[in-house]
Amino acid sequence: MDFASAQVIGAGLAAIGVGAAAIGVGHVFGSFLESAIRNPAAADGQQGRLFIGFAAAELLGLIAFAVAMIILYAR
Amino acid sequence: MAAEEATIDPMHQFQIDTLWGSLDGSPFAFTNSALWMLVVLGTIYAFMIGGMKRQLVPGRWQAAVEGVTGFITSMLSTNVGPEGRRYVPWVFTVFMFILVANLMGMMPFGVIPGVHPFTVTSQFTVTGVMALISFGIVLAVGFWKHGFHFFSLFVPANTPFVLKLLIVPIEFVSFMVRPFSLALRLFVAMIAGHILVKVFGSFIVSGLNAEGMMGPAVSLLSFVFIVGVSALELLVCAIQAYVFALLTSLYINDAVNLH
Repeated sequence: MDFASAQVIGAGLAAIGVGAAAIGVGHVFGSFLESAIRNPAAADGQQGRLFIGFAAAELLGLIAFAVAMIILYAR
Repeated sequence: MAAEEATIDPMHQFQIDTLWGSLDGSPFAFTNSALWMLVVLGTIYAFMIGGMKRQLVPGRWQAAVEGVTGFITSMLSTNVGPEGRRYVPWVFTVFMFILVANLMGMMPFGVIPGVHPFTVTSQFTVTGVMALISFGIVLAVGFWKHGFHFFSLFVPANTPFVLKLLIVPIEFVSFMVRPFSLALRLFVAMIAGHILVKVFGSFIVSGLNAEGMMGPAVSLLSFVFIVGVSALELLVCAIQAYVFALLTSLYINDAVNLH
């Protein structure tokens, strides 16, 4: 296998992590909605924590994207 | 005639071009990045100056400006407490700069030939400097207020000694990686969204150039997709600015109140 095709395959494999982060982000918002509907009065106070959880989950997906880009554009 | 193989170069939009001077030998040149920073600054200035008339009954514009300042002030006072108001200037600055820079990068100025918007926040140097200033504020405030007691940030209270040996290095690493994660999140989110939009934009063009019925159909689908993604990107622009400001205020909370 030559370098270019190995590069593309590697970048594609690294991009799987983005999908995993998508599951994480969905889980964060899904769990928030589930509990917010049970107790709507407490929901607004937890929005800061919601976005912290979102930011943490999203960061890992973005790191996977950065790794994919580094592999794809490596010389 | 077969359509020419379309070359997709989605990274070209992040290239820094010099407008005046040159970057060889001298680090000072007026680049397109600097130009768009000035555009962002002018936009923020115009927005703020329109709303700082200090009327007793605020008009629409003043209400908009007061909405943003009130949003940042309430975010700091809920996260940091009564002392949080002292850090409003920095958090407000960084929030407005990121928000307006992100939105300016999404503007469809490309329809004017020769003009294309440059997203200032898509460069790691820019977001990195902002993250380092936030981190520097945390360090300065922490050591100023608590002295060497600030290091107790890494040691959770009432923990068994064996567990401390494990937790302290983890806390230290997670503290030191903060400016990096803060900068990386914003920069990669901007890069990813713009690459996605540009890639699908190139699908529209090559679809229109292709032969047969499939080409235009692909173009139409890509166009519909781009409209949706652009709306999502506007949301991401606001969320990233909010997350940067929120995390900065949380880190400041660590420095002010320890934990």
